[in-house]
Amino acid sequence: MNPGLGTYLNLLWTFGLMSLLAVGGANATIPEMHRVAVEVNHWLTDAQFADMFAIAQFSPGPNVLIVTLIGYQVAGLAGAAAATFAMCGPAGLLAYFVANFFHRSSRSFWPSLIQASFVPVSIGLMAAGGYVLAVTVDTSLAATVATFAAALAAVATRVNPLWPLAVAGLAGYFGFI
Amino acid sequence: MPAPPSDTAARDLAAEPPGVFELFLAFSKMSLAGFGGVLVWARRAIVEQHRWMTPDEFNEAFALCHLLPGANIVNLAIVFGGRFRGAAGSVAAFLGLLLPPTLIVTMLGILYTYYGDLPGLQRTLNGIACAAVGLFLAVIIRMMGPLLKRRNPIEIGLMIAVFAAVGLWRMPLVAVLLIALPLSVVVTYLWRKRGAA
Repeated sequence: MNPGLGTYLNLLWTFGLMSLLAVGGANATIPEMHRVAVEVNHWLTDAQFADMFAIAQFSPGPNVLIVTLIGYQVAGLAGAAAATFAMCGPAGLLAYFVANFFHRSSRSFWPSLIQASFVPVSIGLMAAGGYVLAVTVDTSLAATVATFAAALAAVATRVNPLWPLAVAGLAGYFGFI
Repeated sequence: MPAPPSDTAARDLAAEPPGVFELFLAFSKMSLAGFGGVLVWARRAIVEQHRWMTPDEFNEAFALCHLLPGANIVNLAIVFGGRFRGAAGSVAAFLGLLLPPTLIVTMLGILYTYYGDLPGLQRTLNGIACAAVGLFLAVIIRMMGPLLKRRNPIEIGLMIAVFAAVGLWRMPLVAVLLIALPLSVVVTYLWRKRGAA
């Protein structure tokens, strides 16, 4: 693996552009990411991409870290850093300035109204994402029970959310899920 | 200005806004606990444990970060840090969120290139995934709390419509947003005017 400058620039450009088009969270961009990484640039095979997705989903941290893994596969540690920075930097800068504007003018009529009107749309969208995830993951009765038990524990009790995760992980290891 | 009555402002929100190092630590913790998504931990830390924001403030800050381009939790860290400590706070929260898990993910990536598939790990992760979805559903329900309490039928109806359009009918996200966002602005405007009149 001996990537040239062009490889890094390509990573920066690809993910920088993608981050600015990624409305609705990183997971909304997975299909586009797949197209760019597998079909256009041939950075990864289909199976490798699926594995990267699984690792990013299940490791701690934001799911956007799939780009870290792709960057690593393409150009090692420097590639990982370049891809992560490109995916988070430009969009983060935009969010910083927009949010600052809204916060400074949060007592004026329109900015406060616009911000409040985003809330039901955002929560509806997240509920949709949660539903789609649940349908994808809960392919058996045991899996569905695990999901509902975790949700119930988190809504109705003050138990630390690590407990449901740990219990479900053990149940998975011993083949119950 | 007279001091606010102690049983409202003081109990609802923390007296001290977080410092730069505290921001780095808090976001590292959320991030490292965030199997299958950081939002669960971000809301728990910001609203329930540290009381740095009210449930409504959190909803509004998150909604903005969610609907702007980019990874929503990364945006939230930057916006949250910036609100309390300016650019330095943004950088601290951003690094706290990304540095520790990036190291872990990169190590997992390296392990993956050597070992590939480990069935026991795979089974464990499948189990964790089921519970992680449950936790995600729970945080959504908690975030719905302020909306359900307000009993604004338009707000609740819009939320359900967006859920159905994207979740049940799988309509393209961009199309739904192009319709739902302007619609939401208009109905919120009419609702507020009615309330003021």
